[in-house]
Amino acid sequence: MTTKPKTISKQLLRRDVLRIGGGAALSMPFVSRAWAQTTEINMLAWYGHGEPDMVGAFEEANNVKFVPKYYAGGDNMLALIAQSPPGTYDIILSDGEFVQQLNAADYIEPLDANDYPFDDMLHEDFTKFPGHWDGDTLFSMILRGGHLGVSYNTTAMSAEEASSYEGFWKPELQGKVGHFDWHLPSLGMMSLKNGNGAGLWDLSDDQWQAVQDTTMSLRSQVGGFFDYGGTFNGLKNGEMMAMCGIGDWITGVLERDGAPVASVIPKEGGIQFTESYCIGKGSSKADLVKSFIQYMMSPEGQVKSAQMVAYPGFCVTKAGRALLQEVDPAEAARSHQIEGMPNEPIALINEGRIHYRDIPQQQTLEDWNDFWSEYKNA
Amino acid sequence: MSGPRKIDIYALTWRLPIILWQLVFFIGPVLFMVAISFFVVKNYRMTEAFEFVNWQRMLTRGFFWDSYWYTLFIASLSATIAMLVAFPAAWALAFRASDNLRRWAVFLLIIPFFTSYLVRTFSWYVILAESGVLNAMLGYIGLGPFRMLNSHFGTIIGYLTLTLPLAVILQTVTMANVDKTLIEAARNLGCKPFATIWRIVLPLSKTGFIVAALFCFILAFGDFVAPFYLGGSQEPTLPILILDTTKSGQQWPRAAVVAIMMMVTLFTVAFTAIALAYRKPKGSKG
Repeated sequence: MTTKPKTISKQLLRRDVLRIGGGAALSMPFVSRAWAQTTEINMLAWYGHGEPDMVGAFEEANNVKFVPKYYAGGDNMLALIAQSPPGTYDIILSDGEFVQQLNAADYIEPLDANDYPFDDMLHEDFTKFPGHWDGDTLFSMILRGGHLGVSYNTTAMSAEEASSYEGFWKPELQGKVGHFDWHLPSLGMMSLKNGNGAGLWDLSDDQWQAVQDTTMSLRSQVGGFFDYGGTFNGLKNGEMMAMCGIGDWITGVLERDGAPVASVIPKEGGIQFTESYCIGKGSSKADLVKSFIQYMMSPEGQVKSAQMVAYPGFCVTKAGRALLQEVDPAEAARSHQIEGMPNEPIALINEGRIHYRDIPQQQTLEDWNDFWSEYKNA
Repeated sequence: MSGPRKIDIYALTWRLPIILWQLVFFIGPVLFMVAISFFVVKNYRMTEAFEFVNWQRMLTRGFFWDSYWYTLFIASLSATIAMLVAFPAAWALAFRASDNLRRWAVFLLIIPFFTSYLVRTFSWYVILAESGVLNAMLGYIGLGPFRMLNSHFGTIIGYLTLTLPLAVILQTVTMANVDKTLIEAARNLGCKPFATIWRIVLPLSKTGFIVAALFCFILAFGDFVAPFYLGGSQEPTLPILILDTTKSGQQWPRAAVVAIMMMVTLFTVAFTAIALAYRKPKGSKG
């Protein structure tokens, strides 16, 4: 008779322990969440911008977590936003030329220019960048830029040959010229080769036809059309000896690894891509996003952008460039971000050799894309 | 006179899941795809409409038909090569190998499918690159380097990576079921080896061979990875054209047109092949 109650008490004790223990274990995530309350920031950007080398320090300092969605090409970005409910993306990294369309479609919030270091810009153009402003209202903050020209393997092309887009037609490069598979930069370069200069995007019918003819004449030289990864591979394994439609943003990464590649701005001129931050319409984390943009515009953020693992870009603020020269002189020298160096990005702009990337003015993007498909099939 | 047919609840219960599955995951999406081919895109946003503009735009463009004929050609070529290359291996496995060896061979042929097709495709970079293994070996005998990546050859290699193991397995299983005494009889009656294959083995394996070729064709026709990564996207096949169409301007309706054309082609090829596979020889009874 004495054993039964003992057994019951033991069973009860075991059940209690299991119940309490199980309950505690299940509630742990909620407890830890209550302590940590990490805020997620949804980012729409080109590849690499939401990686730890760019956002890690900010995440740690502010207890936030970036959730990136990557795209390739401005029209791809616009489409992703168009198909998402308002407020889906808190921060949008846009190519400069697409900000106007973001604004026209009411996808982005206005910014307060006083929040950002406009008095420290390396070039006056950056303070009032085309399309970033609507009257006196700022809609996008320029973060970085990069120049597109002739990218080549230094064992297959001399610097002199690469100093003109004509270099792509070098007979020895037959089947060795690759394209980054996006019509805008490649056709822009063909437009520059045709001598359209600052009017490279504003083509009459005759000029557009001439650009198509020039591009078609390059087809026999072309060995492939590549995405981001394929472009890296093609240049790295020597399958492609020259690449049209890219610049230091690709070759810079390979150069850091010791590959014999380089990018130059040819005599016909080069194209500048510009990347800018916008705050997504309806974002409930606009203040946090503003802090992040301020951080990326600080000297420290600018250095992170210049050193970005996925692909480099040049600083747009004086303080950012000064800090880069101080903490990473090798990268500053490699990317010519030292005053007085040949091909220094700001000097190139001042010399009129750089044209900001834009969208076709007299044709539609669809026309350009259709031609691009024809070209690939030729 | 028979009365009205009764509904067989038992049979219907067993048939219902597959019918529902097909309705929800095949018929429904296909109808939706047909519907969106009539939609229009305005400001990168798809808008409901009933317009023929996408069909008109795609079917009147030279680049669409270039891609179409190229895809048809290279998928057919790949299926033919896969069938020819697979045949000696399948023959040996079906008629020469022991049961144990055949089981192991089939197991080893299945193993590649354990790895991602994308990974298998990328591994060809190391072999086919100008500075790769194959060109290095050819270099020892004074040949090359040859351009194998970013070419039609690269595309075919990618397709074969996908289809060859399947072709060998299907051919092996088909030929393993051929009555071996018929082959022995043919040889005893003086039939030459190639004539035995042509007059005995192939007719008896016709159905399995046509199904194997059809599978090879279907897989190659719809494959995006091989022509993009090993073929350098030149010329673009229809799956690449779908990607290009959606990437630029987000023209899902036009991509739907391409996809429908692909489906119509695949159905036509599949029904023709199946009809051929099960066609009775002339003069046969039932």
